[in-house]
Amino acid sequence: MDPVQAPGVYQGAANVIAAVMLLIEFGMLRQALARDQVRLYMAQSALISVLAIVIAADRNLPDLYALAALSAALKVVAVPLVLRRLLARTGGDEEEPLGAGEEPLGVAGSHTLSPASAVLAGIVLAAFGFFCFGAMGIKGPAAPATALAIAGAMVLVAFGLMIVRRDVASQAIGFFSLENAISLAALVVAAGLPLILETAFLFDLLVAVVVFAMLIRTHHSRAESLSTADLTRLRG
Amino acid sequence: MIAVVLALLIVPLAAGITCAIRPARSGKAASAVTVAAGVACFALVLALVPATAHRDLSYLSYLRVDAVSVIFLLATSFLYAAVAVYAVGYTKRHEELYARRFYAGLNLFAWSMLAAPLMSSLALLWIAVEVTTIISALLVAIEDTDGAAEAAWKYVLIASAGLSLALLATVLAYYAGSQVLGEHYNLAIAPLIQAGPHLPHTPIRLAFLLALLGYGTKVGLFPVHTWLPDAHSEAPTPVSALLSGSLLAVSFYAILRFYQVAAATLGSGFPRDALLAFGVASLLLAALYVFGQRDIKRLLAYSSVEHMGILAVGVSFGAPVALAGVMLHVLAHAAAKGNAFMGAGVFTVKFGSKQISVLRGGLNVLPWSGPLFLLAVFALSAMPPSGIFRSEFQIVYGGLGSGNYAAAAILVVLVTVAFFGLTASATRMLFTPAPRALSRSEPSIWMVIPVVAGVAVLFILGLHPPAELTGLIYRAVAQLGAAR
Repeated sequence: MDPVQAPGVYQGAANVIAAVMLLIEFGMLRQALARDQVRLYMAQSALISVLAIVIAADRNLPDLYALAALSAALKVVAVPLVLRRLLARTGGDEEEPLGAGEEPLGVAGSHTLSPASAVLAGIVLAAFGFFCFGAMGIKGPAAPATALAIAGAMVLVAFGLMIVRRDVASQAIGFFSLENAISLAALVVAAGLPLILETAFLFDLLVAVVVFAMLIRTHHSRAESLSTADLTRLRG
Repeated sequence: MIAVVLALLIVPLAAGITCAIRPARSGKAASAVTVAAGVACFALVLALVPATAHRDLSYLSYLRVDAVSVIFLLATSFLYAAVAVYAVGYTKRHEELYARRFYAGLNLFAWSMLAAPLMSSLALLWIAVEVTTIISALLVAIEDTDGAAEAAWKYVLIASAGLSLALLATVLAYYAGSQVLGEHYNLAIAPLIQAGPHLPHTPIRLAFLLALLGYGTKVGLFPVHTWLPDAHSEAPTPVSALLSGSLLAVSFYAILRFYQVAAATLGSGFPRDALLAFGVASLLLAALYVFGQRDIKRLLAYSSVEHMGILAVGVSFGAPVALAGVMLHVLAHAAAKGNAFMGAGVFTVKFGSKQISVLRGGLNVLPWSGPLFLLAVFALSAMPPSGIFRSEFQIVYGGLGSGNYAAAAILVVLVTVAFFGLTASATRMLFTPAPRALSRSEPSIWMVIPVVAGVAVLFILGLHPPAELTGLIYRAVAQLGAAR
């Protein structure tokens, strides 16, 4: 039987950062207010940049310093800025008491499950994702298997977030956090990907954020709400 | 040839920017620019056919054109040109601002779809497909109705989520490739296929499944097809034609590239089985759902799910003749589905409704578009001598020849079921007398010309495909088959 070896500094850091990102994902799942979800998204995105710096230092990949800076500028500054301005314009965080049968104006109260049930469902999804990705055996000196498995868990929890919330803001934030989960997986197993491609991915995200914001505003102007509860005319 | 490839990237982009920044009251100029760009792009792709019939072209590290990519470029550029002409008539009823926005979006959408098959790496291919989603979501929402806003939101959310899985597949493909090619390769497709036999199996297996599910969301494969009927029905008709005839095919192209890598690494058994499962499920869903549809554009959208299922089943057969059928089907489906949507658009304008129950007496009221719509429906139903009859015949023949008797039989049965569903609705639209008096005229000649061109293409593909095209298809089949 092989003796259990302690992870190195890089692997340990990657695993810890991945675990904290997953916990933040759970925080987004139970959070009632969109502005708090945006704050959590900022924290999660900041951790991505920290991980990029750790990997850059450990594996001598100077491109990743530039990627960390670009990622922080976009995901920690630009995307949250767009989302906050959008929420301010649409009243996304109004918490008005609801009458019987009334739909929420903003984000608060858009859970299809209670927060406790949503978190429990998230735990099941996370466990499924973690063990499935863990069982794949994708690992190597440059790819900590635990961090990759946590990224797999995050992907499923982000999907869960998009499913259990009935408002366009939370669904968009869920999608952006899904992108964070894939960024985590990419940093763990594809850190050497050329900078030009990583930059193109980030630019693509920026364009996607702008389009999401435009469609959210269109939805709000027509429905006078961020709720998706009335989007039932078209059923696939 | 590098000038041709670069022009293909520059012309639609320049047309889109021109339409976006031209001063007000320039709707006619925007339509002229778009027609010129569409026709120019089709001519540029035609120029690539002889050049790629014998060798692959690679430029500037990030551009690569082979026979497979030219097949998909042909489908997209033909439909781009056809839709550009059709839109001249379509936008006559709209105000200048709408027309400018519409043409800007249409050109940029075509640009992104033409860019995807030109990309040499899986990473750039993903970016191009993601850009198609972003632009087309705005085009779906352009009608500014409740339905359009709902369809656009569902489309962008579901398709982007699906493409996130495709991005994860791309990351895993990079990981697998880096084990053999070193960490600093750029996810180029050709070296990855060449290194296939040495790549680790588990990441490639997972990457293929994620790509099939992720890009399959854009293709409209069951069970991730739910955005498709909504977006197709609420988008402006020219956009619906491009979504159905080109966008789905471009997304299928991405799956084919992952198929090549997976087949080179794992052998063709696993990827073919996965494609067969998704293809048959999509065919089954579409064959059942074409019955009872009340909206003409939703009916055609489900027909698109059916034809994407046929493509997946055709690739799963693996036989060269079936693969040749798949390549021909991409072209014929683009022409037929473009025609059907453009014809449906004429009906919608004439009757002021998309509801099949309102669309009556089409053959009497629309002297050109009525018969042309009937021909399009017959073509989609694989009636001879259309190109789709030829392609589906080749696919079924390849399935039987490779011993896939059950799958070939299921394919024939489900296609027949879909035929009844499609023709039943079309018959009611065309032959039932109109309840109210409408003048016997076409809304615009511009909305007829491209449909006539589409019929000509369908007959040519069905009766006697040009030798250059046949050579191109054989080379594409060799490239797809060589990965096995």
